[in-house]
Amino acid sequence: MALTENREEGGVRTAAVPPRGGAVRRRTRPDPASRSRGGQRFMLVGLVLASAYSLFPVYWLMIAATKDRVGLYQSNGLWFSGWHLWENIQQVFTYEDGIFLRWTANSFLYAGVGSLGGTLIALATGYGLARFDFPGRGAVFACVVGSFLIPIALLTLPLYLLFSAIGMVDTPWAMLIPCLINPFSVYLAKVYTEATIPFELLEAARLDGAGELRIFFSIVLRMMTTGGATVFLLAFVNTWNAFFLPLTVLRGEENWTLNLGLYNWSGKRLESGIDVTSLVLTGALLSIVPMAIMMVAMRRYWRTGVTLGALK
Amino acid sequence: MIRSQRWKGAAFTVPFQLGFAFLYLLPIGYAVYQSLFLQKQSGLGLGGATTEFVGLENYQNGLTDSAFMTSILRVVLFACAQIPFMLLVSLVLALFLDAVSSKVAGRFRILLLVPYMIPGVVAALVWINLYSPEVGPLTPLGEIFGFDWNFFAPSMVWPAIGNLLTWHGIGYNMVIIYAALQGVPRELFEAARLDGASEMRIALNIKIPFVRGALVLTALLSIIQMLQIFNEPALFRNVTPQTVSDSFTPIMIIYNQAFNAGNYHYAAALSVLLALILGIASLLFYRLTSKEAD
Repeated sequence: MALTENREEGGVRTAAVPPRGGAVRRRTRPDPASRSRGGQRFMLVGLVLASAYSLFPVYWLMIAATKDRVGLYQSNGLWFSGWHLWENIQQVFTYEDGIFLRWTANSFLYAGVGSLGGTLIALATGYGLARFDFPGRGAVFACVVGSFLIPIALLTLPLYLLFSAIGMVDTPWAMLIPCLINPFSVYLAKVYTEATIPFELLEAARLDGAGELRIFFSIVLRMMTTGGATVFLLAFVNTWNAFFLPLTVLRGEENWTLNLGLYNWSGKRLESGIDVTSLVLTGALLSIVPMAIMMVAMRRYWRTGVTLGALK
Repeated sequence: MIRSQRWKGAAFTVPFQLGFAFLYLLPIGYAVYQSLFLQKQSGLGLGGATTEFVGLENYQNGLTDSAFMTSILRVVLFACAQIPFMLLVSLVLALFLDAVSSKVAGRFRILLLVPYMIPGVVAALVWINLYSPEVGPLTPLGEIFGFDWNFFAPSMVWPAIGNLLTWHGIGYNMVIIYAALQGVPRELFEAARLDGASEMRIALNIKIPFVRGALVLTALLSIIQMLQIFNEPALFRNVTPQTVSDSFTPIMIIYNQAFNAGNYHYAAALSVLLALILGIASLLFYRLTSKEAD
């Protein structure tokens, strides 16, 4: 895959955004110690409190996932009481014939394949918009930006009707196809192209007799490794987190995503008298794990992606 | 640029254009078209349903539908309380991060971003369990301090959702504001310090005006999201259906009209109305905030 190899070439990325958020500029900053001690301490306390607030629910979730039913209801919520994590995980994966595993696989399928296809389309479009001048270019870009304002309900409901007319509701296609077109990815890809692909390089390649397709696949995609990885990552997270679209277009539980499955389990607690709280909590923790691994592994990319996307 | 190259460039965007036409333009057109019809039972319901062209009747009904209008008012009022609070906290944290050493800032930034990594549905699930009087630690904690709170009571449900949204959103907004802060020319601070300005004054008079653009953007994104809020109330409805009704937010009403009442035509009209309201709200907010700059 041209998207994931050649990480070294990502050196061009410096042109897009300084990866470490202005690390260079920081060197010229005054030594913070020269400012008031009290002020520094006050700010540190503020940051510690805010971090505690951010981490507390995750901490509680981790503790809760290690408890059995009795422990969950009767022990102190802030500390361990028995170690039942493996039993809970086993229960999550065997409940209802192991449907949780199916949901996990679905989530990976939709987020992985959908985002990969979406990223490729977005990179081609972003490149086309940023490096060619053709009639209608302005209109295409206007569609990209304008679509940020369209409410999901306005798209999803008619899409459901259209999909059901062609018999795609309740199939993986109903999730995969919408993932292929992502205006925000296109927007990011355009910004990245502008920062990484110089016109001169394209001219030189053309003089050497390279065709446009060849230039795109063997030069542009390679130079866009970092940008492409960011676009892919953000699209992946988006799809993994999606809720309204799967809720609307997927009816049978064999095609559900993790989110949809957990939502359904959480509703069961009241409806049929069985208590699945423990399952929901352990399942919730498990569903974060792939996301956390991915985020940590690709920290550099997504941080720049988040800020770049927002600031233009 | 040579003529043929231009068209090859256009060709790179063709897959997107086709997809966009199919997944965006067609559905919107279809929704507008559908919104002009209404399914009516002929006779006593014996003759089967017929679809009639009713023009703007669905829109008229939508605009006078008190449940729909109430739900919009509900999220607007809520947005007015939650978004400024969340952005204020994000701004303060970004200013703190900007003022401590870059090593310390890097560590805290990761910690503060943890909630952003958690899917919205999972975040809501976790907080609902934290709030729960049976398994959550917040109820016994409240008892220690003499509070007898019930997070699922009508008066507490919005604060409970507000806390969840704030928890989820602070990190993301902080990172964007922080990135903008990094762009402030450091020489300005030196000059101000030489003139005897305190750190507080520098923050208020230099840093905050400089990140206005980032604040406007994060606010706009939050407004757009808030008007479409669905996941969180839908999950709260699982535990407290008597407080969170099925017409709690505009999208919940649209979803119910389409899938529970089977009234696609009306749901389509409501979603077009919501899109218009969203557009007007965004424009209004943008106008208001850019006027202040003059």
